[in-house]
Amino acid sequence: MSRIAARFAALKTAGRGALIPFLEAWDPDRDTSMEIFRGMPGAGADLIEIGMPFTDPMADGPIIQAAGKRGLAAGCKVRHVLTMVREFRQQDSDTPVVLMGYLNPILSYGAEKFCVDASAAGVDGLIVVDLPTEEADMLVPFARANGLDFIRLIAPTTDDARLPLVLNGSSGFVYYVSITGITGTRSASTEALTAAIPRIRKFTDLPIAIGFGIRTPAQAAEAAGLADAAVVASALIDNLAHRLDEAGKARPGAAEAVLDQVRELAAAVRA
Amino acid sequence: MSSTIANSLRTGPNERGRFGDYGGRFVAETLMPLILEVEKAYNAAKADPAFAADLRHHLTHYVGRPSPLWYARRLTEKLGGAKIYFKRDELNHTGSHKANNCMGQILLARRMGKQRIIAETGAGQHGVATATMCALFGLKCVVYMGATDVERQKPNVFRMKLLGAEIVPVTSGAGTLKDAMNEALRDWVANVEDTYYLIGTVAGPHPYPMMVRDFQSVIGEEAKTQLQEAEGRLPDVAVACIGGGSNAMGLFHPFLDDSSVRLIGVEAGGHGIETGEHAASLTGGRPGVLHGNRTYLLQDDDGQIIEAHSISAGLDYPGIGPEHSWLHDIGRVEYVSATDKEALAAFQLCTRTEGIIPALEPAHALAYVQKLAPTMDREKIILMNLCGRGDKDIFSVAEHLGVTL
Repeated sequence: MSRIAARFAALKTAGRGALIPFLEAWDPDRDTSMEIFRGMPGAGADLIEIGMPFTDPMADGPIIQAAGKRGLAAGCKVRHVLTMVREFRQQDSDTPVVLMGYLNPILSYGAEKFCVDASAAGVDGLIVVDLPTEEADMLVPFARANGLDFIRLIAPTTDDARLPLVLNGSSGFVYYVSITGITGTRSASTEALTAAIPRIRKFTDLPIAIGFGIRTPAQAAEAAGLADAAVVASALIDNLAHRLDEAGKARPGAAEAVLDQVRELAAAVRA
Repeated sequence: MSSTIANSLRTGPNERGRFGDYGGRFVAETLMPLILEVEKAYNAAKADPAFAADLRHHLTHYVGRPSPLWYARRLTEKLGGAKIYFKRDELNHTGSHKANNCMGQILLARRMGKQRIIAETGAGQHGVATATMCALFGLKCVVYMGATDVERQKPNVFRMKLLGAEIVPVTSGAGTLKDAMNEALRDWVANVEDTYYLIGTVAGPHPYPMMVRDFQSVIGEEAKTQLQEAEGRLPDVAVACIGGGSNAMGLFHPFLDDSSVRLIGVEAGGHGIETGEHAASLTGGRPGVLHGNRTYLLQDDDGQIIEAHSISAGLDYPGIGPEHSWLHDIGRVEYVSATDKEALAAFQLCTRTEGIIPALEPAHALAYVQKLAPTMDREKIILMNLCGRGDKDIFSVAEHLGVTL
């Protein structure tokens, strides 16, 4: 069983949903992001999503755009993201790690080489924002051959006719983009989520994670209850961004502040 | 003399929106249903004679087509070689070839019942054309424009505002066309219900590269007929400038199967390819994925996109339409470049010898024609697309020439 499947199976037994916090690689520097990453499981992260910086993140709002920019300014390359996971695996062999990014840096690295190296580093799944089902054959065969889950995004615009197509070949979990919009902007209403999740469940047995617009512990608890997991990204990045000095360097305690926020989110998801 | 090619080069893209390995649909899932809807609507419109008639009516009576074909006699004599013809798309309403595509897409958006139009713009030519069509049909218009471009294209910004468009300056990245396109895509994701994204060039996800090419092909079709009337034959060479590549694709496409016609695309060489500060994706880039399509891109070793540089805001883009990437790889079109300096010189030459102030974009094409024509015999013919007029550029040209207005 993959790490992702094992983690969701265990949570099902425990009777609760998962918290999936997000961090951007090398935001604002290697050591700070590594400190946040290493601290996340202890703070209550069930799975961890790492953003791979890209110059043109077309699905992201200003908060994650800025995080990517800081990561790139710090010198983050694709290979450095894989190194982060390799180092993390020396201390943690259970917490699933999913990489989220855009296609071009992966293609530039080499689609097959990327999947081989990511798998060897201890990555469990991939979310590639600008790789819809129609183009997925550029990466999915390599991901599958290397035991990486390929996590598909489903949007409110994905209708019932299209859902089976998108879900076909999905593994790990399904990522429900809960709003039509970019990251860190607005939030879905309870009514919208209550309608959306059962609609997707009709088409898949995979766990469903809700992302985009989950900022507060209450929202995380609601999403993890309605679905199987809540992804929190912009709210954590925003917190970190407020703990940087004028030069963009992390002030003392920045990583710990982010981890405190993860603790609050985790407590709500467990309540 | 045209020879028959068994396999036409004009049949692309395939059902995946690919020209060879280029093109495709690399967008977030939220947008996938929308671009499939655009494709479906466009295919239906293409098959509907009423749509074609409506488009023809508006191109004739509003845009001002056909645009003339002008034998540039004084320029020809000055350069002392091949005869030079200008396809005068700068005479279109709004001053560039952009009107051809905007009219086509706005009629499509109306068919689809969309009430809000968004667009990206670099030099502002596409933005002005979009704002114009929106004013004509009473549609809400939002134009994304890089903050740097807002600064260097002030006349067009004011034009768009006069036409009732909302201009959103984009400060991310270098504040140029690439960043404007990112922001327009983000807007579309957030406004899927009522919004139509009117892309201005032969790039973006399928069906845009095909659709924009189809709407721009009127340039090459007219020129072919007009040259036949004037000279009784095909040109020997057809030349156009390339940013995203829509005016070039429009000129080239009707000639793709005429193997006797050399097709030459002129990219923006900026300060020179060797300096790294340019916008020549084919000459100085490699294949990758950006803005919904796989194509040649300016990028670093790690797949991060590099900012382009050009004196011309309309060419200042690190990518190029996917069909051009394919035509480059198979060798059907030659792609060369002209620097900022060469374009400035050609801008002045054209103005003084033909009494036509060209936009800085086609000034790049002319810069290459200037080199090519003298090497060719006098009975040879060069057809160049003069795709835009330079009124918008006089302020920045003055600055580059050290003139205070």
